[in-house]
Amino acid sequence: MTQKKLTMKVAKTRIGRRSFIKSSVLSGGGMMLGFNWLMSCDMTSTQVKALPKEWFEINGFLKIGENGLVTIMSPNPEIGQNVKTSMPMLVAEELDVDWNDVLVEQAPLNTNLYKRQLAGGSQSIRQGWESLRMAGATAKAMLIQAAAETWGVPTNEIQAEKGILTHSISGKKAGFGTMAAKAAQLEVPEEVTLKNTEDFSIIGTSRKNVDGSKIVTGKPLYGLDYKQDNMLIAMIVHPPAFGMRLKSMDEKEVLSMPGIKNVFKMKTHLEDYALGAFDNDAFNEVAVVVGSSTWEVMQAKNRLKVDWELAPASLKEMDFFGRKMNVETPAGLESTEDHQKTLTTKLQQKAKVVRQDGNPDAVFKKAAKVIERSYTCPFLAHNTLEPMNFFADVTEERALLVGPIQTPEIMESSVSKRLKMPKEKIDIQMTRMGGGFGRRLYGHFLTEAAVISQEMQQPVKLIYTREDDMTQGTYRPSYSVLYRAALDENNNLIAFHVRAGGIPESPLSANRFPAGAVDHYKAEEWTQASNITVGAFRAPRSNFIAGAEQSFLDEVAEAAGKDPIDFRLELLERAQKNPVGENNDYEADRYAGVLKLVKEKSNWNEKKSDVHRGTAAYFCHNSYVANVLDIVLENGKAVVEKVYCAIDCGIVVNPDAATNLAEGGIVDGIGHAMYSAITFKDGVPEQNNFDKYRLIRHDEAPRNIEIHFVENDIHPTGLGEPPFPPIMGAMANALYRATGKRHYNQPFITDKDLIG
Amino acid sequence: MSTFTLNINGSQHEVHADPTTPLLWVLRDHLDLVGTKYGCGIAQCGACTVHLNGTAVRACQLPVASVGTSKITTIEGLSESGDHPVQKAWLAHDVPQCGYCQAGQIMSAAALLENNPNPSDEDIDAAMRGNLCRCGTYTRIKKAIKTAANS
Repeated sequence: MTQKKLTMKVAKTRIGRRSFIKSSVLSGGGMMLGFNWLMSCDMTSTQVKALPKEWFEINGFLKIGENGLVTIMSPNPEIGQNVKTSMPMLVAEELDVDWNDVLVEQAPLNTNLYKRQLAGGSQSIRQGWESLRMAGATAKAMLIQAAAETWGVPTNEIQAEKGILTHSISGKKAGFGTMAAKAAQLEVPEEVTLKNTEDFSIIGTSRKNVDGSKIVTGKPLYGLDYKQDNMLIAMIVHPPAFGMRLKSMDEKEVLSMPGIKNVFKMKTHLEDYALGAFDNDAFNEVAVVVGSSTWEVMQAKNRLKVDWELAPASLKEMDFFGRKMNVETPAGLESTEDHQKTLTTKLQQKAKVVRQDGNPDAVFKKAAKVIERSYTCPFLAHNTLEPMNFFADVTEERALLVGPIQTPEIMESSVSKRLKMPKEKIDIQMTRMGGGFGRRLYGHFLTEAAVISQEMQQPVKLIYTREDDMTQGTYRPSYSVLYRAALDENNNLIAFHVRAGGIPESPLSANRFPAGAVDHYKAEEWTQASNITVGAFRAPRSNFIAGAEQSFLDEVAEAAGKDPIDFRLELLERAQKNPVGENNDYEADRYAGVLKLVKEKSNWNEKKSDVHRGTAAYFCHNSYVANVLDIVLENGKAVVEKVYCAIDCGIVVNPDAATNLAEGGIVDGIGHAMYSAITFKDGVPEQNNFDKYRLIRHDEAPRNIEIHFVENDIHPTGLGEPPFPPIMGAMANALYRATGKRHYNQPFITDKDLIG
Repeated sequence: MSTFTLNINGSQHEVHADPTTPLLWVLRDHLDLVGTKYGCGIAQCGACTVHLNGTAVRACQLPVASVGTSKITTIEGLSESGDHPVQKAWLAHDVPQCGYCQAGQIMSAAALLENNPNPSDEDIDAAMRGNLCRCGTYTRIKKAIKTAANS
């Protein structure tokens, strides 16, 4: 196995150095809040008793109380991936504090102090790995320096362990709290020593979710729970169909309803604004209802009379972080029936070739066997269980915005332009989020809340109902893919062809396996524009194509008369020893490593007549995952008895929490492959709540899940997304073994004869 | 607008609200008891589960006028200091991911165990089927319920 060892020991503190300077020096956009309703409920009673009289700020990541308690700021948004626990663990590790003495606070957006405060792409731990550890290491170095000066001894004779500084020669000891005041006055060191992996005592050990006790006792934590005095409730009414827009409304009746303060039309973005990558919004103009309480506003919103009209096609300039492009939105009321025709017919037409190795066309012609299959999937709604919402208090002097957002920095720019207010006056606070899955990368609801508050000149909380949330767009695109494989007379894979596309995006990653493992390879893609808006959905693109590819490889292995795991390992061995092409974006040995591990842990070679097993493996978001999924038939019904999962995501920071995240990804993957879809009739989403949109439920989840991590010293990579995609293929393959039927179109449940 | 006196978590609360207001919004907007969550508004997700005289009900479908003198228990009142066996089991298994559905899950599980101290897997599935977890913590929830049952 490739081992990218952590060889660095002494590290310059240049990376993220600004983070190591005190936030009070660089607080910029209002680090301190006068009164925060969430924070006021943040502490348990024992913690309140133990709170220090004074905090000494060592750097932007941490402050130490005179009693030794340490507060660590967690910089990135928490969407359930548990970074609010695991990121502070990285700081605490290098600080050498006792984890029991650590309090964690969610940092607000502060671009002066923190880099990449974003939850997306499974990148939080990977990108914070260096800077968070350095924040802890510099603070520890400053505490040691303070002790050295106080005691008149050299720094290299002082040890720090579990919050205690010790000079063993003289027998002197002091808690971090005792030295915190002095340390806070010192210069940040030029370089620090980071630990070797074998010296870790917090990283690699399971630590409980820092919000766990608040969650199980119902403390306010989420955007929807946020409240301020004098706060109004706002809701929007958006067009009922994609391809429509607001024409006029009659607000008279609704204005006289109890508790209603105002009804008006609002444009989320102004005409001259070039939408950014995360300003995604199907309905720029909506009706707004504002009132005193949620129920009153809900009643009024349902009674509001609005006329809609067909929206014309448009060509809008968009600004993707400086890259300007014109994006076409077609007119019309689209239906799933038409989408499905497109998905099928496009697969029969030549598309744009994005990678070609060798001469696949010629090799297919002389192949002994050709296997060809195609796969489709529907649009999906993210359906975070906490619907979209945001609090805004916009005055002429400043804007305070509080709520669930995965992209606070990007949205700060966007809302700054909309309010015509400099960023310095905008303060964005992140609440714990009731799910993200990519949906809260797109923060139009934050901008909408700000515009409504500006209009009302009062604090406002904007709430989307479930129906508003599910029918707003920002869906996972609808995709299709055609695969062809050529085998020679010895059942060797000699050519591979993939043609993929979607409405309106393609799911293809042309340089992924089996590219690199076969001499003759062709990858093509196509797209078709739509006025149904889409957005990143947990493991974008991979969330469809992994399952399709892994189902296809299962059929190819079967046609070749080979064991499905051995067939993949054979290809990966080729990719490792003699790779085809140069841009293959996976490491074949790590890919093979997870397959070998899951093969061993699941006792793959031990066949049981009543257990039907499917396997799959995939690489995405820098991590490798392989599954074996066992189905048993009970009264003719397929039941997932057990899932074995092997993961290589480098060093695992918090093993039990990582296991939980992987278990969730597996349940989520099975659920979406089996049950979920959003479909359209004349532009109208046919599902608008959980009575029609089916999500996986308790009794449909696997009975047992066993997660195994590859142990290595590779820097940690992503885990939020990678466990999600491949399980869809493992499920399809196990169903085939159980029922004899292959599933090509998600959700599989629409195949009526499936599962009893 | 009418005035209602509600018995919530062992004490009386006077509330001035439209009689059709679901208990969910009375708890959240009028009484600042925000542990009970909004997820769907049509009793399909279970995030708003509370106990009505010990039975798990969906607060989003319970008009305040229909509550009368029934005893309501919310997640905030399930135990004095977060030490109900179900809460302790949830912490022991570190169940939550995003955590948003968990108050509802805990209330459904607590009601189940009150009536059926040793539930089978099928009993758990039947009692918990109405509670969605979008993060997929179902297998941990089942383990936690078994731990709570054995405590």
